[in-house]
Amino acid sequence: MEGTMGANSNNRNLTTPGCAVLLDINDGDRLAFAHLSPHASVKVGNAKCLLDPLVGIPFGSVFEVQSGPNGHVLVRLQHPITESKEKESIESEEAVESICRDNRALIDNNTAQTLSAEDIEQMRREGATGKAIIEALVANSASFEAKSAFSQEKYKRRKQKKYAPHVLVRRPSARSVCEAYFAKDPNKIGFLRMDTLALLLSLANVGANAEVLVLDMLGGLLTAAVAERLGGHGSVCSTFHTAKAQTVDMVRLFNFDTSTASRVFRVSLSELTGARYATQKAQEGKEATDASDGLQEPPCSGETFLTAPRAEENISEPKQGPIEGNKAKLSAPVEDMTRWASQGFSSLIVGAPYLDPWTVAQCMLPLLASSAPFVIYHPYSQPLAECMHHLQAEHMAVALQLSEPWLREYQVLPSRTHPNMQMSSTGGYVLSGITITNT
Amino acid sequence: MLAVEASLRAQGERQIKEGDVVIVYERHDRMKAVIVARNGELQNRFGVFPHNEWIGKPFGCRVVGKKGGGFVFLLAPTPELWTLVLPHRTQILYVADISFVISFLELRPGSVMLECGTGSGSLTHSLARAVAPSGHVHTFDFHEQRALAAKQEFERNGVGHLVTVTMRDIQGQGFPEEFVGGQADAVFLDLPQPWLAIPSAASSLRCDGGICSFSPCIEQVQRTCEALTIPEFTDIRTFEVLVRTYEVRQEFLQTTLQCGTQFASDCLFKPPPQKRQRPQKGRKRETRPVIAKPYPDTKGHTGYLTFARRST
Repeated sequence: MEGTMGANSNNRNLTTPGCAVLLDINDGDRLAFAHLSPHASVKVGNAKCLLDPLVGIPFGSVFEVQSGPNGHVLVRLQHPITESKEKESIESEEAVESICRDNRALIDNNTAQTLSAEDIEQMRREGATGKAIIEALVANSASFEAKSAFSQEKYKRRKQKKYAPHVLVRRPSARSVCEAYFAKDPNKIGFLRMDTLALLLSLANVGANAEVLVLDMLGGLLTAAVAERLGGHGSVCSTFHTAKAQTVDMVRLFNFDTSTASRVFRVSLSELTGARYATQKAQEGKEATDASDGLQEPPCSGETFLTAPRAEENISEPKQGPIEGNKAKLSAPVEDMTRWASQGFSSLIVGAPYLDPWTVAQCMLPLLASSAPFVIYHPYSQPLAECMHHLQAEHMAVALQLSEPWLREYQVLPSRTHPNMQMSSTGGYVLSGITITNT
Repeated sequence: MLAVEASLRAQGERQIKEGDVVIVYERHDRMKAVIVARNGELQNRFGVFPHNEWIGKPFGCRVVGKKGGGFVFLLAPTPELWTLVLPHRTQILYVADISFVISFLELRPGSVMLECGTGSGSLTHSLARAVAPSGHVHTFDFHEQRALAAKQEFERNGVGHLVTVTMRDIQGQGFPEEFVGGQADAVFLDLPQPWLAIPSAASSLRCDGGICSFSPCIEQVQRTCEALTIPEFTDIRTFEVLVRTYEVRQEFLQTTLQCGTQFASDCLFKPPPQKRQRPQKGRKRETRPVIAKPYPDTKGHTGYLTFARRST
């Protein structure tokens, strides 16, 4: 079953010491991030398990929490499907009959199970596998036979989650990180849902060799998502408008290699606008024969934004800073700064729930090349509507669209197919457009 | 269509040259792809547009029509714009589904992708962007003419080096031998009977690789999920994605109400004495807020997206 790899190198699909992983506990019931450092552990229910067994295994491996004499341990399941899932085959006569059963005679008074909690604890201490415990519970349940086949499966699955929880080791990606945060801490990512994030990346034409400008106030999710799509080709400039740059710590969850991480830059907005303005003024100075109308001040100066002081380092310093916690160098190499100032960025992504979109657009659209797509994400529609209205009135863009993504997941099982009972009602709004040259 | 490496790019703005594909933008719902040709000409309701006047101008510029006086914008092509202007030879996928598929399959530069069927190439252009510059998209279609038309389009749009089009019946024959042993990072199926291609997909996918099947009908989804319920696959999930768009304009909303024949004083709400206004005779007041309202018509359904991962 070990497939050889495609164009990706083999070892990119194995966990390494210290790398970040996304732990999917009990089939999506709980998601947790962890770094596989020496004494790292995860708490599954009441059990604290060390993460050592997770180093050096392929992403996608499944582990089961088992009890032993030394406490709880994660054991890799070699054939997770045959041990944990049963094929839902409803072909036999007996199976058909068992589906037709219903619960009219079942009374829920907690007396059906004859095994006590003590008995089960005893089994666990003796190191019984999850499968054995579930079989024992089924054998000692008075009501089990009377349940429908579906109900029996649901019962077994519930018991397995409680007594032999499974942990699936996933490789963090933009989509899975977004989904995990959306479920457990959506405020940190501004309620950006995974389908909305996907839409942002496509509408902003993010791909290798793009020069993407990002205003990321979502913990680093946008920066990381763009970097993932660039794969080391092109640049992502994650900018900031305050004196102290906001953190983009989420980037550390993505296990980027050096070539990818080295194309992530942090440059202040005032530096970018200053350079762009200076370059355009120089270009216009070369072309203009008569005095043009007074060149307007770059919209980002003065009161509109807090201007960050120039980075301490001389920007002509050739070394660039990959993002590593607080040691990030807040600048970019001269050749990148020059290129951005003369050509403009090829696209823009904004995720800033507490900034007014029109203010941001006025400041940042001039940093883009002509015919460059831009997307502004916001959890609320009204600020984007007003921004769109201004952009239309000022003729600053075409193909303007205010979109609201919608996502629904389905349960697909034989005779039990329906949309999930729970659904997200909002994933935010997206204003997209393409810059134009008004000549 | 795709960005080139910085060192190969011209200094300064990107300029339109002969042979380029430009997207001629009239309105958000009226766009068209045109290949710039020396002495070529575009005619539309806004007038006549000689191509020669486009050459040397920057993408995103505005050009005014002769003998019409209207204008259009010349935009640089992207996979998203291409999806909106491409000739439909089959039903196509739109940005909502396309973006979700690429994100969920975790495609990145260097990925090897198998797509079946090619159809009109809408998704294929986005796949090419996602795997560039070192990955590859192998796309299959059982219709010879469509496969050829798609191939020509990929060449013209500058993604030909990233896409290989093969005429092949995947449902009947499965994926080619060369992919057996887990050579592909991801598989996408848009077929009438995708369950027939599942076993072949299983042997073509690397461990932890992703598969996605797009089907308009729920019965197809059910059969596909059943076919995926084998040890080779795990994490089967099915979704629907849609995008609702809003129209944005300024609306007049009246801020005064007529209560009987007089405004204000005879109404139930009596403002404090010093603020009580004299009845305004016949004077209507309004605000003009910017409103966002969903367009009345919207897509209700395109298809279901079923994903699964190749087990480790």
